[in-house]
Formats: sequence, structure tokens, C-alpha cells
Amino acid sequence: MSNKETITGAEALMRSLEHQGVDTLFGYPGGSIMPVFDALYDHRHILNHILVRHEQGATHAAQGYARASGKVGVCLVTSGPGATNTITGIADAMIDSTPVVVIAGQVGTSFLGSDAFQEVDLVGITQPITKWSYQIRRAEDVPWAVARAFYLASSGRPGPVVLDFAKNAQVETFDYEPTTVDFVRSYIPVPDTDSMSVIMAADLINKAQRPLVLVGQGVELGNAQDELRAFIEKADMPAGCTLLGLSALPSDHRLNVGMLGMHGNLAPNVKTNECDVLVAVGMRFDDRVTGNLATYAKQAKIIHFDIDPAEINKNVKVDVAVLGDCKDTLRAVTDLLVPAKHKEWLASFAPYAEEERVRVIEPEIHPGHGPLNMGEVVRAVSEATRNEAVLVTDVGQNQMMSARYFKYSRNRSIITSGGLGTMGFGLPAAVGATFAVPDRTVCVFMGDGGLQMNLQELGTVMEQKAPVKMILLNNNYLGNVRQWQAMFFNRKYSFTPMLNPDYMKIAEAYGIPSRRVMERSDLSAAIDEMLSTAGPFLLEACVIEEGNVLPMTPPGGTVNDMLLEC
Amino acid sequence: MDKKLYTMIVYSENIAGLLNQITAVFTRRQINIESLNVSASSIKGVHKYTITAWTDEDTIKKIVRQIEKKIDVLQAHYFTDEEIFSHEIALYKLSTPVLEREPKVSELIRRYNARVVEVNPTYSALEKDGTTEDITSFYDELQQLGCVLQFVRSGRIALTKSCVERVNEFLAEREARYLRAKQNEAAR
Repeated sequence: MSNKETITGAEALMRSLEHQGVDTLFGYPGGSIMPVFDALYDHRHILNHILVRHEQGATHAAQGYARASGKVGVCLVTSGPGATNTITGIADAMIDSTPVVVIAGQVGTSFLGSDAFQEVDLVGITQPITKWSYQIRRAEDVPWAVARAFYLASSGRPGPVVLDFAKNAQVETFDYEPTTVDFVRSYIPVPDTDSMSVIMAADLINKAQRPLVLVGQGVELGNAQDELRAFIEKADMPAGCTLLGLSALPSDHRLNVGMLGMHGNLAPNVKTNECDVLVAVGMRFDDRVTGNLATYAKQAKIIHFDIDPAEINKNVKVDVAVLGDCKDTLRAVTDLLVPAKHKEWLASFAPYAEEERVRVIEPEIHPGHGPLNMGEVVRAVSEATRNEAVLVTDVGQNQMMSARYFKYSRNRSIITSGGLGTMGFGLPAAVGATFAVPDRTVCVFMGDGGLQMNLQELGTVMEQKAPVKMILLNNNYLGNVRQWQAMFFNRKYSFTPMLNPDYMKIAEAYGIPSRRVMERSDLSAAIDEMLSTAGPFLLEACVIEEGNVLPMTPPGGTVNDMLLEC
Repeated sequence: MDKKLYTMIVYSENIAGLLNQITAVFTRRQINIESLNVSASSIKGVHKYTITAWTDEDTIKKIVRQIEKKIDVLQAHYFTDEEIFSHEIALYKLSTPVLEREPKVSELIRRYNARVVEVNPTYSALEKDGTTEDITSFYDELQQLGCVLQFVRSGRIALTKSCVERVNEFLAEREARYLRAKQNEAAR
């Protein structure tokens, strides 16, 4: 007897999602997706649907969910504006390699191409910003398309997939059978590792006097945090982390020399141009990490571990490319490493760390007098969570300050928009994260600009009682742009000062407990109140208006030439 | 780096929308596509693209890898002119009265080995295949005689000089490895 059953495309979508193990969706209904929402109602006990307040919020929530859990985040939206509102989140997921499946309604196939109501060429729009974008025109394609979407989104280098679901296919019926896809002949999720490359990499590292490892998000995506530690410990190699790789190695690990990049720590940036072997693991030499490529690590032999062949030699020419899943390749190279000690080399980081501590870090986190600093708020929150919380950030100064001053002790603990730099990312991403890791504290740091970009998601927080600890670093400016205006545009503050609403009243309107802190002496009690309050909480820290993120490699500058003041 | 005319050969699944994705990789890098030919390949369900572009080797390598990364692209390779046999086809519409009046025209037709596909009192149509240069120089010479009414040329098509069809090997290997992996899984 066949286990086939005649059902609608919409019902098939529900069963296909359940077959993929989905338990959480972020979405917003509308005309062209109504049959799906109708079916969803009957599956709501398995497929927990979170009604967001704007479709952009749905995609960022799905991203936050995916980044915290490692599972695929799922969005469900309608056609036309519902679909176009997801574009920013899709592009963000693409550039930050986040597994997300966006399912959008579409007008019926007989209307396609006729400029029908709420019709938009979603596949055409999203092709350049997705791993795969597909239009489901027939109900019988649903199981295959969903299976393929999840396989593609989550395998290899993860990324977003769009399914554009024509309305007729939602209501037509067919014989459903659960489907799994684990092979696409044109798609090689994990490239073969050339054993020579493993030998050559190990050889270079064994001969290195001054090795430096760059840790990227690939280590978290590949679940290779333990392998990374074994790798750096065996050869005694200092490691710096990219923004997205910060929690792949605990902050207090003795070989962790801090954050790379434009606003990273002084030591790993300076040492990038002094090391003799540079080992990049699951990172893509983004311009925010490298600064001027013409002067980047020219003295070093470079080894690049990556799962994506298109990343090799894209920005930086490398001497050895170790393709493959870094969980396997790190282990393979580690096996060939000779245990080493690089005492002097490691010690040479200390003066830079000390210089940064004295000139930048201490004044930022222990100013003693004057207005509150962003960094001190971040560090205080981090410590109050025993450095165990999931950090979500918005974009701008709040992001750099929280990345710098938060401490990481657990994997998958930083969720931030790295490549796209999407303001408005923080709040919805944090909502998503609370559903992914309900047992962890989720803290989101936002500026007054970014909070207002998706402020409507406070409605989602309210309705879901999502336990998001929201920290608003309010400086009444679009701070990052203001800092650049101060440094590079003659302090001409063109449209960066901002008149703010009363955030306490906003929180109150949503029934969200809140506290505003103006004085240093009130900070610690307010943080305790936030963390001990069950459910969501908004902590507004009124911080120094013209605070600057330092150190800084000016755009186009060289990694070993960071500004410590401005 | 030196710019050259590179010929890229891409094999993909026959899926709507892929052409867009492939050309977008060029446009993102502001590389002009000189010619583009897309057709069914010798393998059922597999499409073949022949694309030419002036660029340097570093860039063409990156483009190839970014195209190969597209989910439904099977393989992409780039070649220089020395590594391929390439051909184009062109159609020329000439004024029949000029053709009759000017003996040099028929001389050219013979010299360039063009084929006459249509003659009527108003115009005559010629077809010529060959290299880009050959087709262009035939056009230039006809143009000097003032008899060209219309001219159209195809994109380049190309064969590699290696004796195996790499995409066949690729597909066979992909299927075999998948089956092996499945068997190993079952055995475990």
C-alpha cells in the first residue's frame, strides 16, 4: 500500500516543513499566502508561528534564530510588498552565510507577468542575493522544492533560499509523499581536500616562527570550535577573531589575542603585518578586516582554510588553500603539527595589548567621571551575565562597542550584521534568538538610530513575551556616521543629530518594563533589575553624546597603523 | 595584468533564470560580455554557454569560480584562443543590383568562401562561417564596395582541444560518489 495522500499544496508545505524538523516560523500573512496560513492554523501546535510586525523583522528574526541555533530559520510572507520587505534580510543572510528559507506567496500562474495586484518578480529580484531562488508553480513540486531548499540553505557554506509559492499551487491537490534531498549533482557543498595542501599547510606552520591565526565565522558554522582550539594549542599560535568569529574561541583563552579589523584590538592588527605565517580559518578577508590590501600581510606566507573555493584568492592571494570542511581539515593539519612553543612571539603581543588597555580600554570602561560610556555599559552587562549571554547587536558604534567589550565564553554567542551592516537588525534578530535558545540570556545592544529602524518589533516582543534584554545606548546621534564626520568631514554633522522620543513611554505603551540610566551610580542596579526581571526589559543608557570607537584603522589605512585617539 | 579575449564554457542544468545569474557575475565586476551563445549540449538536459570577454586572467579565474558556485551550474572553464577551436557564423544581405554591377563582389564571395543562400532582384543573402577576424574582414571589404544592406553575426561557439568532454566525466563521478556514499552509509 502506498503512503500517498491527496492534499493541497499549502498542506504539503506544512508537512514538508515538519518533515524538515521545523518548529518555528516567523511571518506575516497577506492575500497571496492565505491558503498557507489557513493550513498553518491547523499545524500551529507543531509549527510555532511568530507574528512579526514587519516582514523585514521576520527575516532578521529568522537570521537570529539560525545564528543562535545552527538550524535553518524560516520566514513566511505574502507576495509583492511582503516579499520585497524581506530583501534586506535575505541580502544580509547571503553575505553573512546564514541559513534561512524565505517562503513568499505569489500570484497564481495565470496572472504571472501581467502586473497583477501584489505581483513582483521575486525570483528575479532575489537571484543575486540567494543561494537558490525558485518559483513553485505546481502543488506536486512542493515536497521536492522544500527539501531542496533546506538542503541547499544548510549544507556547505550556508545561505538564504527563496521559495516563491504561486497561489494556484497552494490550493491545487496532489498525492503527497515526504521527500528528502541530499544530493544535487551540480552542487558540491564541501569540496575535496587536497592532501598535498594539508601537508604544505602543516609544513609552513611547523617552520613558522611567528604564526598568527585568523578565526572566522566558518569555525562556528562548521562546528569546529574544539578542533580550532586543538590546532592553535598544539602549535602554540596566537589567534585573532573576526567580528562574526568572536565567540568561536573563548575571550579568556590564553591564545586569544582579540578582535581583528577596523575597530578591533591593536595587537592582532599590528601583528598581522609582522607574522611570518598567517593562517585564515573560515573567514573571507573582508575589507573591514584587511584595510588596504596593498599593505596587508605582505611579509607573510598565507594559508587559507575555507569551504568555498570562490573565496580563495578573491581578495588576498594565498600560498596554500586548504579546501574542505574546517572540522576535518583542521584536524588533519593538527595531526601533522609538531608541538611548538612561541613564547617570545606571544609575549610580543603584550605591549600592544597593554598600550591599548591603558590608552583606550580603561578610559572607556572605567572612566570614573563624566557621562556614561558605551563600553562601560557593555562590559557591565557582560559581566552581570557572567559572560555567558548571547550578544546581539545592531549596527554602528553600539555594534563595535559591544563586540569589543562583551566577553564570550560559549559558542554561537554573537549575532550581528557583519557584511551588510544592516541597521535595524538587532531587535528582531534578538527576538529570533530567544526562540532558538530559550535557556540562554539574550542581550541586544542598539543605538537610538537602529532601534527606531525596526521599533515596531516591540509589538512582537510584547505579544510573545520574548525575554529580550534590550539595551539602548542612546547618544542622540547617528553615532558612527557622526564619528566619521568628526574625523574625515571637518566635524560637519550633516543630519546625524537626532531628536529622540521618550523611550520609557514607548516601552510603557508596549507593557515592557524599562529603566533609564543617566548616572554611573545607577547602572549596576538597573542591569540587575533587567536581568532579574522575567521576560523582556528595556534599559536605556544615556551615554556620552560624542563618544568615539577606538582604536581605528581609517578606511583604506594599513592594519598596523591604527589610531588610538582622534 | 594583460587583458585578453577569454572564452568561457559553462555547463548547467536546463533551468529558467540561470542565464541571468551567469551574466550577473560579469556585470557585477563591470566586465562586458563580447559574445554569448546558449544552446542545448550533447548531454540531455544540460545547457552549454559559450561566453567571450576581454579581461585579465586573475579576473576571469574569479568569475569562473563565482559562476561555478551557482547551484545549478555544473562546470565552468575558461580558455585562451590557443586552447580552443572556435567558430562564428554571419549573414550578409547585399543589394543584388550592386552585386550584378560590381564584379569584385563575386570575387570576394569566392575568396572568402561564403555561401549564397538567397537571390532575388532586390537583395541577395550570404552566409559565412569562420573566425571573428575572417567574418569582420569580409564585412569590411563588402562595405567598401557599398553593397551591404544588413549584417548579423552569431556569438562564438567553441570546442576545446582536449579529447574528453569534461562535463561527462564530472557527472559520472558525481553520481558514482553519491552512490558510494549511500552504500557506505547503508553498510554502517
